[in-house]
Amino acid sequence: MTTAPQTLQMPPGRRRTSPRTRARITRVVQYVVLAAAVLAVVTLTDWSNVTTQLFDPAVAAELASRMPMGLWNTVKYTLGAFAVGLPLGALLAFMKLSSVPAYRWIATAYIEFFRGIPALLVVLSVGFAVPIAFGVNIPSMLAKASIALGVVSSAYIAETLRAGIQAVPRGQIEAARSLGMSHGRTLVQVVMPQAFRIVLPPLTNEIILLTKDTSLVFLLGMQVAEYELTKIGRDALSTAQGGLTALFVAGACYLIITLPLGQLTRWLERRTAAKGRGK
Amino acid sequence: MSDSPSDGTVVSVKDLHKSFGEREVLRGIDLEVAAGEVVCVIGPSGSGKSTLLRCVNLLEQPSSGRIDVLGVEVTDPDVDIDRVRTHVGMVFQQFNLFGHKSVLENCTMAQRGVLRRSKGEAERVALANLERVGLADRAHAVPGQLSGGQQQRVAIARALSMDPQLMLFDEPTSALDPELVGDVLGVMRDLADAGMTMIVVTHEMAFAREVGDRVVFMDDGLVVESGPADQVIGAPREERTQAFLQRVLDPTHQHPQG
Repeated sequence: MTTAPQTLQMPPGRRRTSPRTRARITRVVQYVVLAAAVLAVVTLTDWSNVTTQLFDPAVAAELASRMPMGLWNTVKYTLGAFAVGLPLGALLAFMKLSSVPAYRWIATAYIEFFRGIPALLVVLSVGFAVPIAFGVNIPSMLAKASIALGVVSSAYIAETLRAGIQAVPRGQIEAARSLGMSHGRTLVQVVMPQAFRIVLPPLTNEIILLTKDTSLVFLLGMQVAEYELTKIGRDALSTAQGGLTALFVAGACYLIITLPLGQLTRWLERRTAAKGRGK
Repeated sequence: MSDSPSDGTVVSVKDLHKSFGEREVLRGIDLEVAAGEVVCVIGPSGSGKSTLLRCVNLLEQPSSGRIDVLGVEVTDPDVDIDRVRTHVGMVFQQFNLFGHKSVLENCTMAQRGVLRRSKGEAERVALANLERVGLADRAHAVPGQLSGGQQQRVAIARALSMDPQLMLFDEPTSALDPELVGDVLGVMRDLADAGMTMIVVTHEMAFAREVGDRVVFMDDGLVVESGPADQVIGAPREERTQAFLQRVLDPTHQHPQG
């Protein structure tokens, strides 16, 4: 090359700060805003009231002994509801993908209905309306909670499963069919295993939502041995010292369940993403 | 059906039409493929060559016309297409290996489920075919660990494991990095030399010319020109074939039509 090196011709005008300097200034501003916000919250809080009315360590310690049972019942109701919701949701997902229009309509109506009304109403219906309408009395608390919450969650699970099944690439189905595999065999051996991997993270997330929804079942009225976390927390509110402490203790117990599940969801998501890249 | 019809015709396509909605992709295709013949289908993208291939094993449902494969009319609404497909291997542009199964399982799944072969028998056949494509040592890998060229060769072994009498290739090298194309074409050449009946949709003109017994040039849903590979690629009669080949074989050259 014999041409002289060219210098970049900057447009005329005031010399601007470099992008790096501007990014640095923006970051400093963000830290200052954050520090100011934290300081404001700390100074505005009435700490003496907080320790007696919101989180009284002595009351919290006393409550902690009753929490294992509440945790166990919460987990039981969650798993019971999931055990109802997963098969029912799978059935609805297949109905929604059916070639028979009537099945699709029924599934769509069911899903839209139960996603559209508050879970609270379903819990109350199972507890009080169903016994009147059908003359059946569901004996156990676990069964009532599982049916009520399972019916609601099946609507969400159905949509998750349907999306997972449809996310399996078309080419996978074509490859299986071109080998002479029937529609059903393709579904079982090729589509379902791959769909299952896709839906694992959202299904775990569904369990988190279910865990929180078990806080509704105390409305059905329960024996002491059936108390889940929210019921224990509410009871303690009216009886014990320490103001709202019981609610905070109950909240912490939910986090014991939901935080690890959240971790699990993210781990599964990362794993699925890695698989996708590997393809 | 396991023995070819007496006249040696493996595939017979008559007046095939296929529309996607308003768009007519195939506008009356006639094609015959004899046993042992390698037919390469070339043409610009959108000319309908892949659709034609996919109509042969009914991955696309023809709009009208008649197709006979291995003596069975697949356009008969009551055809047992799964049974026909068992004898017709297909290789896709995107490989479409089952990502949740090992290489070996990819090759044994349909053998066991459809042909009802025992596990030992299926694995023996699968390994023989993996050997044939040079990948027996990767039998226990999963597809995600293989290069595109290796995946495509596994896909060929998977199809061959069903002992097909006809192989369909839908642009098998179009998704591959250039340096991996040769391995796949080599496997296909060996297959052709072994007497397999093949329909190959491809952009590899050198392969079509050397390996193809016959080349079919398609454009705009019609067969424009068909004949011996040397003639269609070496000395095309039709103007459209000439223009296409010029663009493909000499892409940097300025052409009057652009």
